[in-house]
Amino acid sequence: MKKNKILLTVFAAAALITGGIMYAADHIDAPAVTNTKSDITDLYVFQAQTATNLVFVANTQGLLAPGATAAAKFDENTIIEFNIDNNADNMEDLVIQCKYNASTNSIDVYGPTAPSEKGLRSKLEGSVTASAAVTAYGSAAVIGTGATGIKVFAGPRDDPFYFDFTQFGKILAGTAIGFNNPGTDTFAGTNVMSVVVEVPKSQLNSTGSINVWVETKKKI
Amino acid sequence: MKSTIKLLAIIFAGSLIAVSCKKNDDPAPAPTVYYQQQDQMGRPAVNTVMNASADKNAFNVTPPSAMGAAFQTKFLNNLVALDGALFAANPLYVRYSTNALGMSPTALTTTLATDVLGVSTTGATTLATLTGRTLADDVINIELQFLFFGGTDGSKNPQLTNDNVNANDKPFLAAFPYLAAPF
Repeated sequence: MKKNKILLTVFAAAALITGGIMYAADHIDAPAVTNTKSDITDLYVFQAQTATNLVFVANTQGLLAPGATAAAKFDENTIIEFNIDNNADNMEDLVIQCKYNASTNSIDVYGPTAPSEKGLRSKLEGSVTASAAVTAYGSAAVIGTGATGIKVFAGPRDDPFYFDFTQFGKILAGTAIGFNNPGTDTFAGTNVMSVVVEVPKSQLNSTGSINVWVETKKKI
Repeated sequence: MKSTIKLLAIIFAGSLIAVSCKKNDDPAPAPTVYYQQQDQMGRPAVNTVMNASADKNAFNVTPPSAMGAAFQTKFLNNLVALDGALFAANPLYVRYSTNALGMSPTALTTTLATDVLGVSTTGATTLATLTGRTLADDVINIELQFLFFGGTDGSKNPQLTNDNVNANDKPFLAAFPYLAAPF
């Protein structure tokens, strides 16, 4: 019992957060709550349909109900920034910055380019390299293509994350010793706000592998 | 007198022009707009599972180059505690020694504590071999097997290494933007 309590203490609060979503708190808050727009749910980086390109996906504002998705918006004061490390020192050598432009209802992409400073603070680097109007809920995907071959999409998507989070919580709480078969996807039927950027690999200064992480940063 | 007034007027006008020209030579530069970090992510569910709640906010604003020193020991302690508690709850649980990639608890937590996603730029990309993360990757099963010694066939702790949710609720698209339309 005592060891189960240790498990509960260490991980119970942890179990409330999965994939970057504050599960219990944010899913009862309205999606329009400002700090939710900074909440990253997932990062994906994978080889594109064209093998010479790499795709970067950042999802935010998780657990959007279908009925709330039409009203979901990006925030003009928040940038979504992919950080790329080329030389395995875990510091960013390149950034790809995505910023919502309210006057054009678009996401503008900057980079890939070396940042002026590394770490917790950023400024927008250079000029826009690709842009796409935000795809409205229910509309066909709008794809923007930049002069250097970068493609961008921004808008609501089905949340691609899948997990029986409920059962995992029971395992951590000590009320179950394992998963069920079949399991139940806690994230089924929910949406996210997604930015997808496809970049020619030649722009990533890579000799074989890179380290990538995504950050949200808010205007100060 | 008239010429003196004229001269004074010219000098006065000249000095006004000089003053206004000087003002135009020094326009105030537009201030630089900065953005400050709020949230961060590398691999799926790392902050979730490996950090106690008191450490989550700090994890989100620690640069990856500083994460190892700040979090590896905490991750190791949390992994050891979790392993012990699972064994206490179920004596059939096989305790962690190495995982499917041959990593000791120290090696695994060292890798996970620096929360970056390794990506290959020359070939296939999948979390299973730490070469990226595709939409279809069953990242939960992959990470459960990293943590709970499922081995490559999930034979050791089958009740913990497969959540039996193995695909997304909608099929992905073969072409850009790859993610499925919303519900």
